[in-house]
Amino acid sequence: MCALEIKNLKLSVNDNIILDGFSLKILPGEIHAFIGKNGVGKSSLTKAIAGHPAYKIQRGDIILDGENIIGKAPDKIARQGLFLAFQSPIELPGISLANFIRAAIQAKLPQGTPLNGVDFYKNLYAKMEILQIDKSFTSRPLNEGFSGGEKKRCEVLQMMMLEPKYAILDETDSGLDIDALKIVSNAVNAMRNSTFAAIIITHHNKLLEYIKPDFVHIISGGKIATSGGFELIDRLEKFGYEFINDENIL
Amino acid sequence: MDDFHQSIDTANFHYDVDYKYDAGVGLNAQTIDYISDVKNDADWIREFRKTALAKFYEISLPEWVTYRNIYDLDFSTIRYYLANNRLPQTSWENVPQDVKMTFERLGVPEKERKFLAGVEAQFDSESAYLRMQEELNKQGVIFVNSTEGLNKFPEIFRKYFGTVVSIADNKFSALNSAVFSGGSFIYVPKNVQVKQPLQAYFRINAERFGQFERTLIIIDEGAEVTYLEGCTAPKFETSTLHSAVVEIVALKNAKIQYITVQNWSNNVFNLVTKRGVAYENAEIKWIDCNIGSCLTMKYPAIYLKGKYAKGEVLSIAVASDGQVQDTGAKMIHLADNTFSNIISKSVSFSGGTASYRGVVNIAKGLKGCKNNTVCDALLINPTSKTMTFPKINVTGNKNIVQHEASVSKISEEQIFYMQQRGIPESQAVSLSVNGFINDLVREFPMEYSIEMKRLIEMQTEKAIG
Repeated sequence: MCALEIKNLKLSVNDNIILDGFSLKILPGEIHAFIGKNGVGKSSLTKAIAGHPAYKIQRGDIILDGENIIGKAPDKIARQGLFLAFQSPIELPGISLANFIRAAIQAKLPQGTPLNGVDFYKNLYAKMEILQIDKSFTSRPLNEGFSGGEKKRCEVLQMMMLEPKYAILDETDSGLDIDALKIVSNAVNAMRNSTFAAIIITHHNKLLEYIKPDFVHIISGGKIATSGGFELIDRLEKFGYEFINDENIL
Repeated sequence: MDDFHQSIDTANFHYDVDYKYDAGVGLNAQTIDYISDVKNDADWIREFRKTALAKFYEISLPEWVTYRNIYDLDFSTIRYYLANNRLPQTSWENVPQDVKMTFERLGVPEKERKFLAGVEAQFDSESAYLRMQEELNKQGVIFVNSTEGLNKFPEIFRKYFGTVVSIADNKFSALNSAVFSGGSFIYVPKNVQVKQPLQAYFRINAERFGQFERTLIIIDEGAEVTYLEGCTAPKFETSTLHSAVVEIVALKNAKIQYITVQNWSNNVFNLVTKRGVAYENAEIKWIDCNIGSCLTMKYPAIYLKGKYAKGEVLSIAVASDGQVQDTGAKMIHLADNTFSNIISKSVSFSGGTASYRGVVNIAKGLKGCKNNTVCDALLINPTSKTMTFPKINVTGNKNIVQHEASVSKISEEQIFYMQQRGIPESQAVSLSVNGFINDLVREFPMEYSIEMKRLIEMQTEKAIG
């Protein structure tokens, strides 16, 4: 029952077909990596899973823990345990990092349940320390004036605070220097357990070397062109994306 | 959700009050005589009222008033004076039970009820509860209702009354001058710093009853004070009119902050004239939040009369469906090296209209004057409206004037981002709205800022559903 399952998905944005016939099942405890050229629809897929209204699902199902979530409000999908670390995090003028995360945690609690402020800040500061985010960020408007790397770390911070069941990290490594990449990878690895699953979208192998995904999927032509283990990365390194069209290499 | 409903209910209650003095409906010379008789007015006040009545008939509405609902105001159906003959109270125990109930429903925090020692709470036209705090007495600070001010301190009252806002300033200042009752009179002696803000709670509690407070504040040289007024009003079926006049005189080196949170119910016309005069090196700060009423017209003005005088207007306006918030500021520089600052933020929900209307005037031959104006508007729905009407007159070339304006809306991407974190859409909007006005909300005392946040959540809930 517990799974994120995408079945035969056909997806369009502004009448352009982005994906067609995309299927994948992700079970708790698994880490999946998506790789593929720019523009193959990886980010579009993440937005569609998260319920963005601009991404139209023409056919197929997205099943989250047994429930079809197509057409569901994004906040409800999120509260069901789905988290998306944005490729380009949005600036929220006037809303501080701490207040925002607090509102998000509060939204997950049953109506009228108080959130202990002291515990919240303790937890927040502890996670910020792991990610090496300066404490002064708590009172800054989220993402406003943040560098690319700071934005990405704050995405990971939100993920750690919200403790989702399914996390999608959309190019979270881009904009990070090598030290930051290690910090972020360690944080993701620390979340790994039998109830946490993740999809990692990246163009760089470094992140995958640190995180070691269980499955690697190469996306091409609107669907998963090929799936495998970590060895797919090596082949990709050697032959480039062309290899997926070359039956000899596959 | 429960919180919101509670807040809505809070603004809709109404208790029966036995009105002993009632001037009846409509306005004419007899109304004036009736008010003056009941209030035992001095002759010069009776004359002042009569002159004002003539002016009220003479002056027409300004041409730029294009909001049609103002023409729905029928002056002949309004009750101009009403008093329940409750003498000002001296102790909390003597406050009538129904007034206490009103405070209860208004949610006046427990902590503040203790502070009521220094609070004047106006219940209808007369002050129902008034107790001078001992500290204020010791410092020689006068904080009474305007009738008492007029009777007990006639010399100082008469010296300044009507000098900042003239009868003929506008149609509604004339109306107020004719029928005023209630409001505060404050005098802070030289070099006295009043630590605790002086607070006045007041509300309308009768149908078709205009409330015409008259407030006069004089801050003597080197003195400092903060004045707070906040109002909520019960909801009625017919229109009511609130037309106050506030006059402030800040003498040399004096400082005053005048803070208002206005949340009249949506059938109240709120047409208020607020003016202050700042003498040498004095500072006047109007901090204003308008959330309620069907039409607010309010442009706090500061005459910077002495060199190095400083004037500030910080205002927040929230206009929901059917509401017009036409607010702004007037900065009249009359001396060298004077400084003025205007920050205006407005939020329009649904079909609400929020306008900024401002005047910055730097008189001929002055030098070293500075003005900074920032007006930012946030539009929530496609039917929301915002307008800006700045008027800047600068003669001479040794002054600096700066005007910035922005209009923004909350983007779909921002809403999606917040929703992706589990925050429902309406809450995402109210977080954004609160974020937008946050830097100004911080200028208000804690209780007020919490209330504003709640009111904005309510408005968002209504607009987004």
